[in-house]
Amino acid sequence: MATVTTTAVPQIVAHDVKRPDTGWTSWVTTTDHKKLGIMYLVLTFGFFILGGVEALMIRLQLSQADNTLLSPEVYNQLFTMHGTTMIFLFVVPIMAGFGNYFVPLMIGARDMAFPKLNALSFWMLAAGGIVFYASIFFSPPECGWTCYSPLSDDQYLPSGGVDAWIFLIHLTGISSLVGSINFYVTIANMRAPGMGWGRMPLFVWAILVYAVLLILALPVIAGAVTLLLTDRHFGTHFYDAAQGGAPLLWQHLFWFFGHPEVYIMVLPGFGIVSEVLPVFSRKPIFGYKAIAASTVVIAFLGLLVWAHHMFATPSPTIVLVFFMLSSFLIAVPTGVKMFNWVATLWRGTLEFTVAMLFALGFLFTFLIGGITGIFLAIFPVDWQLTDTYFVVAHLHYVLVGGAVLAIFSGIYYWFPKMTGRMLSEGIGKVSFWLMLIGFHVTFLIQHSIGLDGMPRRVYEYPDVGNLEIYNLVSTIGSFILGIGVMVTVYNVVRSLKVGAVSGPDPWKANTLEWFTTSPPPVNNFDTVPRIRSVEPMKDIRRQVLRQQTEAPTPVPAVATETEAPAGA
Amino acid sequence: MNPNPSRRRTLVLALLATAGLTLLFTGTASADLLTPEDGGSPNADKIDSLYKVVLAIATVIFLLVEGGLFWSIYKYRAKKGAVAAQIHGNTRLEIGVTGAAALILVALAVVTFVQLDDIRNPPNSGPDGLELADGVLTASTSKRLPPNGKSLNIEVNGQQYVWRYTYNGDGDGNTLNDPFSYEEMVVPTNTTVTLDIRAQDVAHSWWIPALGGKFDAVPGYTNHTWFKIPKPGVYTGQCAELCGRNHANMTARVRAVTPAEFEQWIADKQAEIAAANKAAQVSRTQIEGDAGTAASSTDQPAEAGATP
Repeated sequence: MATVTTTAVPQIVAHDVKRPDTGWTSWVTTTDHKKLGIMYLVLTFGFFILGGVEALMIRLQLSQADNTLLSPEVYNQLFTMHGTTMIFLFVVPIMAGFGNYFVPLMIGARDMAFPKLNALSFWMLAAGGIVFYASIFFSPPECGWTCYSPLSDDQYLPSGGVDAWIFLIHLTGISSLVGSINFYVTIANMRAPGMGWGRMPLFVWAILVYAVLLILALPVIAGAVTLLLTDRHFGTHFYDAAQGGAPLLWQHLFWFFGHPEVYIMVLPGFGIVSEVLPVFSRKPIFGYKAIAASTVVIAFLGLLVWAHHMFATPSPTIVLVFFMLSSFLIAVPTGVKMFNWVATLWRGTLEFTVAMLFALGFLFTFLIGGITGIFLAIFPVDWQLTDTYFVVAHLHYVLVGGAVLAIFSGIYYWFPKMTGRMLSEGIGKVSFWLMLIGFHVTFLIQHSIGLDGMPRRVYEYPDVGNLEIYNLVSTIGSFILGIGVMVTVYNVVRSLKVGAVSGPDPWKANTLEWFTTSPPPVNNFDTVPRIRSVEPMKDIRRQVLRQQTEAPTPVPAVATETEAPAGA
Repeated sequence: MNPNPSRRRTLVLALLATAGLTLLFTGTASADLLTPEDGGSPNADKIDSLYKVVLAIATVIFLLVEGGLFWSIYKYRAKKGAVAAQIHGNTRLEIGVTGAAALILVALAVVTFVQLDDIRNPPNSGPDGLELADGVLTASTSKRLPPNGKSLNIEVNGQQYVWRYTYNGDGDGNTLNDPFSYEEMVVPTNTTVTLDIRAQDVAHSWWIPALGGKFDAVPGYTNHTWFKIPKPGVYTGQCAELCGRNHANMTARVRAVTPAEFEQWIADKQAEIAAANKAAQVSRTQIEGDAGTAASSTDQPAEAGATP
């Protein structure tokens, strides 16, 4: 039942549209949101693999105590590149990739509001990645993805690596800012007739809030790195304490961006899971309004918690207390989401497709990341845990649990729509179990590594206590995780050629992207149906069924109101 | 298509994985590796007990939610003839969940505030601790002192890649003559030690796990913490904030000795400094004497150099 549809499904073919050119120039010059979306997904997944290789090198170095495989210099460069790559070149932009491809389809639009800006946004991202990775030919940055001043000042890191990092922030920042404005305008203006705010798919809600958060947070980091750039090259002293500057200013500006960035990374993941769970539970999402509202509340509170990254800095107790309590508050809407997801499963009929397995793996894993977050929010406890492997474990539970597993769920869920072919479920299951087990073997033990006293960002550690065996376990897990990821890469490459043809709606899903062919034509829809609920495809299937039983004559197409969406 | 066998297999695998993870979870718990280090100082002990309260609450939440999740996965897997209930939500339940989550957090906040004073504020030194003079320290708004105002104050200075400790001197006002040490800090037992934590190049973070949490050393700022060690012993730690290539090698050690031994150690240090000062004085007089006798030969080239 789960994979191949045999019953008649609504299908609308685009007529009188010129067959699209498929040569490489069509990709380089495209402004089509679907092509750009695929380019985003492919490019960012490439960076994911690069970042993963860096992670495995880090784990190799740490697999033994007092290891001399990597020099301290190379080690610092690797974790800086790993963190920067995964955050700025993978998780944030891959969400833009899914958003690009599916937001217009889900809201019944024919493209994004500003197709040329959309292309600009993609090429800025590519430029940022190239500038940053060009630094491997001279000297990559060594200051971590947080690049704290004064360590990032030219006095301590004179090489151009930090500058490459600054330009990466600027370029990917412009990319995200332009893209976010595009998302906002598209979602605000180009929804199908009848799709009020209360009928928007939850993934679109997530991308809307993602865009708003990016618009609010990015100018701050752009300003902060510009000050760093002038400090490094033009004799200013914004972060230089000896000249009246303030190193803590960097930390405040960085985290004022950096914490919303966490939600920028996980909210679209929440959106993907909120789409996948109801489809494979064969049930409406439980508490649509609560999930949409909690997304907005999380985003708002997410702007008020930044200094919980700075509990160990010289700060007054009242500041610590404020940020502890605001961080507590954010657990409430997150708990509401968790409850609604589990309640969506309740009394459903669950089909364990690979997309569903990844979504369930997300629930299982992200909960642990959320709970360890409570430990870190309590500032006296944080004094023991911050800057140790406990934090490394926590942030990977949040980002791999909250974002990466959701991304993989999205890949398995939407691949048929993007390519017209199914991914292999069998290979996908192998990939899922390898990734889930590999992930937990790698990171669960890291909580104990941190509690055992090992700080993060150290290139070597002494063989005391259980540190060596714990680290070895973690390294073994990381390779299992890496193999799991590569199995999906194999699955994708293989299925492009030999995957079963999917048809327009292989999952019997709920949202509008399944209304058109797979892959969709350039103009997406010839006609756009009127939206009557959160689950337009359910309405359409019901209508088709009714027409088939009532009217003996074949129905030419689904009864739709042929209103063109705004902007078409 | 008949997905039932594979579904069952998936389920068995899921349950096995959970069982394995739970075992791992409780296994590390029994080995006391689910808690931070303690036993060196009352603030570290208090943080540890606060952590354990949070851990207990967290474990209950973890089991409840994951239990609900796995129960739903097992109970509601697609079966022949089963039809999914078309439920859209339940406002009362939503409000209930929100309220329950808020209540748990209020409880956590209360527990934290109850423990906070003992973690943040240093106690008086014990009766068998080092005898401290009154008013050794200048008043500071951000700094916390024991109720009687007496503590042994040490300045901790982070520098790439070593810690420097400066002790209060004999009160002659010349901080250059204060006793100091690198990497290993020697302190008396049962004495409240307050630290002024600074950095002179990049940011560092002071951390001896068994003596309490981390406190960042940031250039241009002074951070404060304290500890009070009951028994002689050695406590190790290391810099916890990335400070450059040799960050991993920036270790720190605190050696607690009896007050008598400590006084002896300080006296030795002071004697060393006094001896060095004396030697410097001797060599200064010698140089000045040499300069006096050889005035003509040393002055002339200098004057010649200064002449334009």
